[in-house]
Amino acid sequence: MSHSAVPAIKKSLPIIRSEGRPQKRLELHLPTVTNFLLAFLRDEVSRRKGFEKVLIALSGGVDSAVTTYLAAKAFGPENVIALRLPFHSSSPESLTHAALVIDDLGIHSETIDITAAVEGYAGQVADMTPHRKGNLMSRVRMMICFDKSMEYSALPLGTGNKTERLFGYYTWHGDDAPPVNPLGDLFKTQVWALAKHLGVTKEIISKAPSADLIPGQSDEVDLGISYERADTILVHHLAGYEDEYICGLGFTQVEINLVKRRVARTHWKRKGPIQAMISATAIDEFYLRPVDY
Amino acid sequence: MIRHALIQFKPHKAQIKRNFDSLADILDQLKNEDVDVVTLPEASLSGYFLQAGVREQALSAEQVYEMLEQILQEIGWQKPVDICLGFYERFADDFFNSALYAEFNTAQAGIKHIHRKIFLPTYGVFDEERYVSQGHQLAAFATRFGRAGMLICEDAWHSSTAAVLALKGADILYIPTATPIREIHDPEPTNARRWRSTAIGIAAEHGVYVLTTSLVGFEGGKGFTGYSNVVDPYGQVVAQAPLLDEQVLITDIHLESIQVARYESPLLADLHANLSELVSAFTEAAEASMRKGRP
Repeated sequence: MSHSAVPAIKKSLPIIRSEGRPQKRLELHLPTVTNFLLAFLRDEVSRRKGFEKVLIALSGGVDSAVTTYLAAKAFGPENVIALRLPFHSSSPESLTHAALVIDDLGIHSETIDITAAVEGYAGQVADMTPHRKGNLMSRVRMMICFDKSMEYSALPLGTGNKTERLFGYYTWHGDDAPPVNPLGDLFKTQVWALAKHLGVTKEIISKAPSADLIPGQSDEVDLGISYERADTILVHHLAGYEDEYICGLGFTQVEINLVKRRVARTHWKRKGPIQAMISATAIDEFYLRPVDY
Repeated sequence: MIRHALIQFKPHKAQIKRNFDSLADILDQLKNEDVDVVTLPEASLSGYFLQAGVREQALSAEQVYEMLEQILQEIGWQKPVDICLGFYERFADDFFNSALYAEFNTAQAGIKHIHRKIFLPTYGVFDEERYVSQGHQLAAFATRFGRAGMLICEDAWHSSTAAVLALKGADILYIPTATPIREIHDPEPTNARRWRSTAIGIAAEHGVYVLTTSLVGFEGGKGFTGYSNVVDPYGQVVAQAPLLDEQVLITDIHLESIQVARYESPLLADLHANLSELVSAFTEAAEASMRKGRP
């Protein structure tokens, strides 16, 4: 008996190929995130701070829309106050889009034109620039929010997302001032996804994001990169991945540099003012207590 | 059969009296449920993130015992009951993240064991080494039901700690935890899933019951998972609390199943049998680590 009579069949096994390079994920499980943010709002606003009502400056953009939908779910629409705070050069679309949110949720709202308050000072300044005026608008809105907070006994909610916080793309002590913010750890693209999940109208989600402080302004033009590309670079940069690794995910060094530079230049903006430390009991340096202690 | 009540508890930050009052209400609710052992999470009397406030909120184990004894008296809980609870401990002019196991309303009532957390997470959002000292003892202890062991939070993430307690004869592992949710990409947030799989891994490897009792509530924007659970000696989850919400899990555990589970999967016996090789390897690794730093 000879084995040579049987023709040799070359052995071949199925091969499974896969990419083992870890990537940070941006997609969220939106029902769980929603439950988490509702629990956050109820705990931090009512249980810790004792407020039953909240107040939101509703710009007509997606961030404040999402915050308002979350607040209406967390506290009931009857406990949410929306403030529309237009300047004379604000896009009329902003007011209309804010109204869509107010009408859909059936919440109480006020519209207060900030033109006179802003121009009351700006009109006295000869060389006022659009940038400075934009900052004034943001800070006047902040002042009104805190004043109305006392009138309504309602806590102002912040609406800033993680991408704009990392880029420093906001007015210091302006739109970052409210003491509780549900969106501060969500990248912009995650806010868009959450907006869809919560049923925010398509008109608000699909329009080009804008601070609307200067006519025709667009976030992505100002920043020099789309939110979609910026968020993927940011999530890997924050986790500690090197540029080469991020380039391997399909990004250019120019894009990575742009993102990293914006983050590096604005660490100060995410902190309180610098205090001269002269003791071994300096607040937040030696005397260390958490914010809710 | 030993009836356990795991209290997935939401304390008010740094309000110990108020938290004892809440605990009294919950125990009052449970007093006719024939519960043998009540468990509570890590840092359950004060909240977890205290920074240097640990010094103001820490209690001695005796103080905690007396407060619990007083509560049980006030609500009229007269039957024997054991309580396993995590708290910040003041001991010998030092501070620890501790858990105590105590027995009440019996002839031999008293504190049966105190475990002081060994692995103090000090990375990212955690800063324990700055505020509390490291525990140094990993011991199993006798309860009126059998031998048990306690691990606090990160203690349990190192597989060797549970192995030591199982080798020392613990049949039940109590794990009080406080773990803030992060990375919500799936219905189970990443760290909640990791906790569940850790408990399953410990239970299945050693043939022990694992009872994980987790804190809930938000502290400065950080939301604790909850997701407490009970895993049987086969590694099956027999009780599971939800994410985020306060909840009580009442679960009867049956120590007689341990022997049967270990017959099917005698890994603990194999560990005993091969312990000398492992101890040698650990010793070599420890000597190398001390000589050169970590490889």
